[in-house]
Amino acid sequence: MSLSPTGALRQSGNLFAMALDVVRTMPRRPFQAREFIQQAWFVASVTILPTALVSIPFGAVIALQIGSLTRQLGAQSFSGAASVLAVLREASPIVTALLIAGAGGTAICADLGARKIRDEIDAMQVLGIDPIHRLVVPRVLASMVVAVLLNGLVSVVGVAGGYFFNVILQNGTPGAYLASFTTLAQLSDLWAAEIKALVFGAIAGIVASYKGLTAKGGPKGVGDAVNQSVVITFMLLFVTNFVMTAVYFQVVPQRG
Amino acid sequence: MGVEICVEGLTKSFGQQVIWQDVSLTLPAGEVSVMLGPSGTGKSVFLKTLVGLLKPERGSVRIAGRDITKLREHDLYEVRKLFGVLFQDGALFGSMSLYDNIAFPLREHTRKPESEIRRIVLEKMDMVGLIGAEEKLPGEISGGMRKRAGLARALVLDPEIILFDEPDSGLDPVRVAYLNQLIVDLNAQIDATFLIVTHDIASARQVPDNIGLLFRRELVMFGPREKLLTSDEPVVRQFLNGRMQGPIGMAEEKDAAQVEQELAQLDAPTKAPGSQALTPRLLPGPGISRPPRWQAIASREAESHRKEVADA
Repeated sequence: MSLSPTGALRQSGNLFAMALDVVRTMPRRPFQAREFIQQAWFVASVTILPTALVSIPFGAVIALQIGSLTRQLGAQSFSGAASVLAVLREASPIVTALLIAGAGGTAICADLGARKIRDEIDAMQVLGIDPIHRLVVPRVLASMVVAVLLNGLVSVVGVAGGYFFNVILQNGTPGAYLASFTTLAQLSDLWAAEIKALVFGAIAGIVASYKGLTAKGGPKGVGDAVNQSVVITFMLLFVTNFVMTAVYFQVVPQRG
Repeated sequence: MGVEICVEGLTKSFGQQVIWQDVSLTLPAGEVSVMLGPSGTGKSVFLKTLVGLLKPERGSVRIAGRDITKLREHDLYEVRKLFGVLFQDGALFGSMSLYDNIAFPLREHTRKPESEIRRIVLEKMDMVGLIGAEEKLPGEISGGMRKRAGLARALVLDPEIILFDEPDSGLDPVRVAYLNQLIVDLNAQIDATFLIVTHDIASARQVPDNIGLLFRRELVMFGPREKLLTSDEPVVRQFLNGRMQGPIGMAEEKDAAQVEQELAQLDAPTKAPGSQALTPRLLPGPGISRPPRWQAIASREAESHRKEVADA
């Protein structure tokens, strides 16, 4: 990666060009169902356990913070409402995205990068097969679908973890905690979180594929590509998250 | 019948660095051509430009009347179906068995039933001597086997043009001899246009109809085998004889004075150029039916051999 400003521009231009190619190629038949299922299974298998394990302490931290904050403010009855909101709206899509990018995206990038430097991608193109259609689209779709499903998992585990820490460890009232669940949160929060997860999954998949397919310079190049793909994905994720959150608050009227 | 490839004024550079410029040549349909050149002269880049994997800065590559440097991505994939390419390390798909690798193009591009695919795949595997290794993964076999499997995969769609990227690198001399025989046999059987990129002189002397030499960022010479083998051009002579004396140095080039001196020393004791005996051509093996082109070559070879015997 060159340090010149045009180099950075060219990189981002190419990345967006590939994202457009992926969108354009998506409806093309025949759909690579087999590759999609394999990849979805693969991404799910490398992300489910770490995601569940990360979301328990994540939910706990939020519960602890909110538990003490509400006590300080004298609003204990709202602790359930606040922790649900925090887990559902922000924590779960971000945790999902970090794990999809960190566990699934790196694997995708390393796999495609290794194929690239072994000339497999060139061989595929020479055999008249478009690697975007054959390899990238199934991977991007797989990471999107798995991100959406994982987001549900993280929400459940995070809320359960929050309940455990708030009610059992901080001696909260179970009834009040559960009853306040829906005072602030609403169904559109869940939809917004799922849409975020979908977009984050797409970003992770596209960046990982782009970096993998442009890997060069032997095994070291693959390592560099994986490294860069994680960094770029994380940066894009947080920017996109900010934008989507801002739009959400403008579009969806809030309760209370 | 093979397809003619017409290259005109082709120039390729990566950033500031020019790889080669103004390369013009025609690969005649159905013939075997070899592209020679010292390491690092962009032979593989040339090959990748021919199939449209790399875009040249200038010039055109016309295949079957279409300039592939100007084709859109979609049309490019159509034209590429004419090609079979053997990459340096075979470029097999690491996650698939050899059988699936070779069946891959058929499964992607044709609607043939699995029994038909099996017949074709086994036929090609037999051709390259890989029967019995169907279920092996590319990581489990030797480099020579990977190359042969890559060749089988390149052949499976009955291509009109076959490109070989250093088919002989990393193989022992016996396997190289077998591979050369296989290339000649294949040419007699399927009549496609062949281009072999290599720096193995022994193969280049025996196998092709035409030889080209890339050096110092340009095509030094391209023409019939006899012309290059008997050429006086210092670069061509140095390369084809594998000598240290001449314009090609360890690090790309030497200075002119040194080259003059070396060539003067060299020219004194050797025979006059042109009198050196031509290496006999490799002919299709017994049991391969020879098309008219190969019959003509065989009779010409027999003729010159008789003459040599008579001279001696």
